[in-house]
Amino acid sequence: MFRMVVAALTALSLWAAGAAGAQAQSGQAAKLAFIGELSGAGAVSSTNFRDGALMAIDEINAKGGLLGKKIELKQYDTQTNPGTARSQMQKAIDDEPYAILGPIFSGIVKVSMMLAAQAEIPIIMGGEASDLTQQGNAYLFRTSFGQQASMPKIANYVRDVVKAKTVAVVWVNNDFGKGGRDNFMKEMNARGIKVAADISTESGQTDFAADVVKVKGINVDAVFVYINEEESARFLREVRKQGLSVPLIGETTLLSQKVIDLAGDAANGVRGHVGLSADVPVPAVQEFKAKFHKRFGYLPDHNGIKGYTGVYAIKFVTEKIGKFDRKALAATLHGLTISPKDEPGILIETSWDDKGDIDRISFIAEVVNGKQQITGELPKLGK
Amino acid sequence: MADFLQLLVAGLATGGIYALVAIGFTLLWQTSQTINFAQGEFVMVPAFFMLAAMRVLDVPFWGAVVFGIALSTIVLGMAFKKLLVDPMLRHGVLPLAIATMALALFLKESVKDFYGAEAQPFPPLAAAVNVTLFGAAIAVQSLVVVALAVAAIVALQLFLNRTRTGRCMQATAQNPAVARILGIPVERMIMLAFVINAALAALASALVTPIYLAKFSNGEYLGMAAFIAAIVGGFNQVRGAIVGGLLLGVIDNFSAAYLSAQYRAAIPLALLIVVILFRPQGLLGRREERTV
Repeated sequence: MFRMVVAALTALSLWAAGAAGAQAQSGQAAKLAFIGELSGAGAVSSTNFRDGALMAIDEINAKGGLLGKKIELKQYDTQTNPGTARSQMQKAIDDEPYAILGPIFSGIVKVSMMLAAQAEIPIIMGGEASDLTQQGNAYLFRTSFGQQASMPKIANYVRDVVKAKTVAVVWVNNDFGKGGRDNFMKEMNARGIKVAADISTESGQTDFAADVVKVKGINVDAVFVYINEEESARFLREVRKQGLSVPLIGETTLLSQKVIDLAGDAANGVRGHVGLSADVPVPAVQEFKAKFHKRFGYLPDHNGIKGYTGVYAIKFVTEKIGKFDRKALAATLHGLTISPKDEPGILIETSWDDKGDIDRISFIAEVVNGKQQITGELPKLGK
Repeated sequence: MADFLQLLVAGLATGGIYALVAIGFTLLWQTSQTINFAQGEFVMVPAFFMLAAMRVLDVPFWGAVVFGIALSTIVLGMAFKKLLVDPMLRHGVLPLAIATMALALFLKESVKDFYGAEAQPFPPLAAAVNVTLFGAAIAVQSLVVVALAVAAIVALQLFLNRTRTGRCMQATAQNPAVARILGIPVERMIMLAFVINAALAALASALVTPIYLAKFSNGEYLGMAAFIAAIVGGFNQVRGAIVGGLLLGVIDNFSAAYLSAQYRAAIPLALLIVVILFRPQGLLGRREERTV
């Protein structure tokens, strides 16, 4: 009798587990989770990413949904806190989403991504630290370049266009900044460019007076600035305040619309490489930008595009495999190229490799009169 | 030398702002034994009053600053005292301190809900130009911050020491019972301290927000820095708060430049520990003894 009860309970629990696993597929809605830094130092980036994702979801739902099901997006705030991020990721996993969008900050991705991998849920994230995709996580996918792809491009720009012989590096002491700084240093060394000053700043730092004085005290041809959005704006304001006239070079974030909005005139003259931008001369991106602005009342930056295209990548793959299958979603996205002619929501042709790293065209840009202007286009790395 | 001078001026600008906020701590402590743990948020909130005046009422910047200071004296001065301090203080200092912690959370979350979690731009106080002093290019914006902070502090000192009302406030701070016997309207003097505190915090808000950007979380660091400045300088002396604020601002900048950017946040705490160990009343504070 006891054995029968145990067997019955085991069968019941297995059935319950199976039913729960299939819930995301079999319910009335396709459930997606957004885990992002909606407050704290990462709020600017994550809000952009979240709003881009929301816009894509509404568009898909307006056209009948995904495989006939409406997409629901449940949001979880990591508060830009690694401890909170883990609990929020676990909470999201317990709600059994079909896929997870975010987190955006690399450090937050790092502490939480294995939980989703163990639950076999694909994560379409915004982190750019180079080591995120080097850990064999089969469920992790980028929405923008990793630093190992973007830093060679910016290094070539510093050498060939800026023609700098010596540079200073100002970076933020978190996973994003440290990864960028390490990759940038490596690329500078490879090109024989001297890094005369290596200045670390803190995430959430408010006062950059001392850092700018340090930069002023050394004689360099350019300053590479690799810090998060709000801190970038504060740094640029301090640079303007103290009258530093050295060329400021950035990679995507420094030239983002949010930084320009916050820094005002102080952003003028900043230049560099942008892996993704709402100002690129691609009609689909311009259309996205106008729709985003109309809906949310502010201009999107690259994070808005990351959220938007991330959702469309999920849509394309799901329709390709014809079912809600998390494992198949992850397996299919590896090695896949999605072109705008196949899925207009992807905006720019995008490829994912076997590690989840991304490849697409990128751009050289400069901030002029409070607007990012694209001055050149770089081909995909794989071409 | 040029670097040193630039760091000194930048540090004095930051320190001047800390001093304005720290003075509020000492004023409230002396007049009503209130430790306001929402003091940082009292600096964060006025920036949003000013932004609202500029965006909603279409008031020019300096008009918005005046509007922000005026509204702060009502909301963060009078209303704060009447609605929170008066009902809580009769239960003792500790319940009031905890209530101000709750107020800090309330203000922070309210601003986050109302304005959002993202930072917002705030106009600079002056044009981004430099003047050359002793071979160093000094930002005019920093000089304006120093000048306004010093002007506010000097005006406050003159008010406290040279006017009848100011001396009545000092008498209230030193011994409220005797002050009451002498016919000083003690309650009004305490209310005045709260109003001055709110005005100084609002001025500090206008000075610091162009650097920090307007954000709901700005009060966290500012409140802590000002609290440390007040303790280092002397919690029971306005001049102690001034010295503590300036010292903290300068040390912060020098330590970030010459010691370690990573540990810059720890330096003020180390200073605090040293002061508590060797001069618990603060650098310029008065030793207070209590009977049990």
